[in-house]
Amino acid sequence: MLEIKNLVKKYKNVVAVDDISFAIDQGICFGLLGPNGAGKTTTIEVIEDVIPPTSGEILYKGKPRSASFKDEVGIQFQSTSLLALLTVRETLETFQNLYQKSAAIDDLVQMCYLTEFQNQYNDKISGGQRQRFLLALALINRPELLFLDEPSTGLDPQARRNLWILVEQIKKEGKTIVLTTHYMEEAQNLCDEIAIMDYGQIIARGSPTELIRKHSPEMTVPLPKAQLKLELDKLSLPVREVNSRIELKTNDVNACLNMLMTLGIDLSDLVIRSPNLETVFLNLTGRKLRE
Amino acid sequence: MNLKRFWTMLKARNREFFRDRSAFGWNFLFPFLIVAGFGVIFGGQSHTEYKIGIYPHPNSPVQPNYPVQIDQVKIPDAFRNMRLLEFIGFATEAEGLEKLKHHKIDFLLRIGEPPHEYYVSDESPKGYVLEQMFKASLVPPETQLPAQKKEIRASAIRYIDWLFPGILAMNMMFSALWGVGYVVVRYRKNGVLKRLKVTPLTAFEYLSAQALSRIFLLMFTLIVVWTGCDLIFSFTVLGSYFDLFLVFTLGSLSLTALGLVLASRGTSEELTTGILNFISWPMMFLSEVWFSLEGAPGWVKITAQIFPLTHLLTAARKIMHDGAGLADISLEITILTLMTFTFLAIGASLFSWNK
Repeated sequence: MLEIKNLVKKYKNVVAVDDISFAIDQGICFGLLGPNGAGKTTTIEVIEDVIPPTSGEILYKGKPRSASFKDEVGIQFQSTSLLALLTVRETLETFQNLYQKSAAIDDLVQMCYLTEFQNQYNDKISGGQRQRFLLALALINRPELLFLDEPSTGLDPQARRNLWILVEQIKKEGKTIVLTTHYMEEAQNLCDEIAIMDYGQIIARGSPTELIRKHSPEMTVPLPKAQLKLELDKLSLPVREVNSRIELKTNDVNACLNMLMTLGIDLSDLVIRSPNLETVFLNLTGRKLRE
Repeated sequence: MNLKRFWTMLKARNREFFRDRSAFGWNFLFPFLIVAGFGVIFGGQSHTEYKIGIYPHPNSPVQPNYPVQIDQVKIPDAFRNMRLLEFIGFATEAEGLEKLKHHKIDFLLRIGEPPHEYYVSDESPKGYVLEQMFKASLVPPETQLPAQKKEIRASAIRYIDWLFPGILAMNMMFSALWGVGYVVVRYRKNGVLKRLKVTPLTAFEYLSAQALSRIFLLMFTLIVVWTGCDLIFSFTVLGSYFDLFLVFTLGSLSLTALGLVLASRGTSEELTTGILNFISWPMMFLSEVWFSLEGAPGWVKITAQIFPLTHLLTAARKIMHDGAGLADISLEITILTLMTFTFLAIGASLFSWNK
């Protein structure tokens, strides 16, 4: 569906996107992850044709983007304002008229749960309502390719989960989605394939499972310090002290538990943490605060 | 050009304008208030052009610095009876001098028998005129140089008739520059243009819709304000209303096109405000909205020619006051047309959705 070849975007002395290449198959949800300033939004905006690339090639359906590209893609920006003093429904109608093909407004209103506030001005709705409305706006032209740039930023957990359900629905319709997000749980839930960006480059790529297996295979066994009445060097596993806990890292949970029982450690409060995308992300991009 | 997209943007912009009640109301109220205000000031008999302080005035300690009953004080009759003068009483010479020093009054005269004493500031042009008027009032009528007053044969143009097209054109200028220039820059800054850029809408369709919407609103405002003011002041239009409408339409087109040039770039509302003020204020003062440039230095008159408002007003006043037809104002029409195309070409070539 989309192929990016050697994409570079420079701003004076800053290289925002540094020679990246990747391809996105039709019908998948592709996640672009990375810390703030990693180059995600720049990458996505170059692909969307909002800003021109410094160099590189962007192929849509095997060809350079033509005039029809804008008719066939749907875009939800990270932050955007809309034409003032129009209601939600009027805004949808306005954008509907800009495209050759379009979805029925009533269907979108129903699908994105806009019924209650469809007659309110587009700047007088809550954060969750706004994100659902912007998603409906991105779907107004029945796009084959949908770009969602941090769609759930600033939403409360309920609104975020509600948005995930909508994205799942869109995926089921066979649309290709390109998603950027800060929420690893979101990426793990929604994305079939993920690219992690840092300093303008793609530093890891694969499905969530592949990335976890490759970059963070170890399970974590946290134990209260008080329960470990022995020298830590007697444990033959990597150990890390975190506040009042000791965290053991292991690839073999059975062996780890056997060892702890042999040492007579009380395991009644034991919890085993499986590795997740957040661990992968932190392992790859570091734990140091960027901004 | 896709007409459906163009019409959609035109409709959206018009909705925004008509729904913004405060801005909508102000667009009509502002010119009406200005015209009504000037009508009251210049239409009545109470208008005064020069302020003369007189001292010592007996009532002043009770109620100082107030217009006095001039027939009760001793000053030359010829001076007392001149039009456009206002006399203000002061208890002491010092009080009067203080006001003269700060240009609160133009002339200070001691009440009493001759020889008369007066003060005038060398820095005040009005003071100089008043001094000459005062001296002339002391000359006996029989020694005055012979001069015969000739009446204007045609009916004189009232000041309000002269001012009215200027106020309308000025309102048009501000509305065009701010309504297009400022609004589009604001849309660029807050990301509306970015959102529109990723749709199939073209810059030409968007800008045409913005321009036509503004021209429609300008002409709608013009007609409403004209009708409202005409009911009160009964303006005289010697020429054709149709020609006048054409000239104002061309003027609004030209001013809106200038607004598009300002709208073509930039994301800073502060900078745009500065540029808009930089253009609109000289244009307002040099285009003879408020006063004539007759007698102004040559370079001022030449500078005034670069503004579309100058040509719009010249043409409108020729139609209103001289009964000119389109052939008589062909120069102004040509200049306004050329300016419109030039501004459109510059605006279109510079336009950016993002920066």
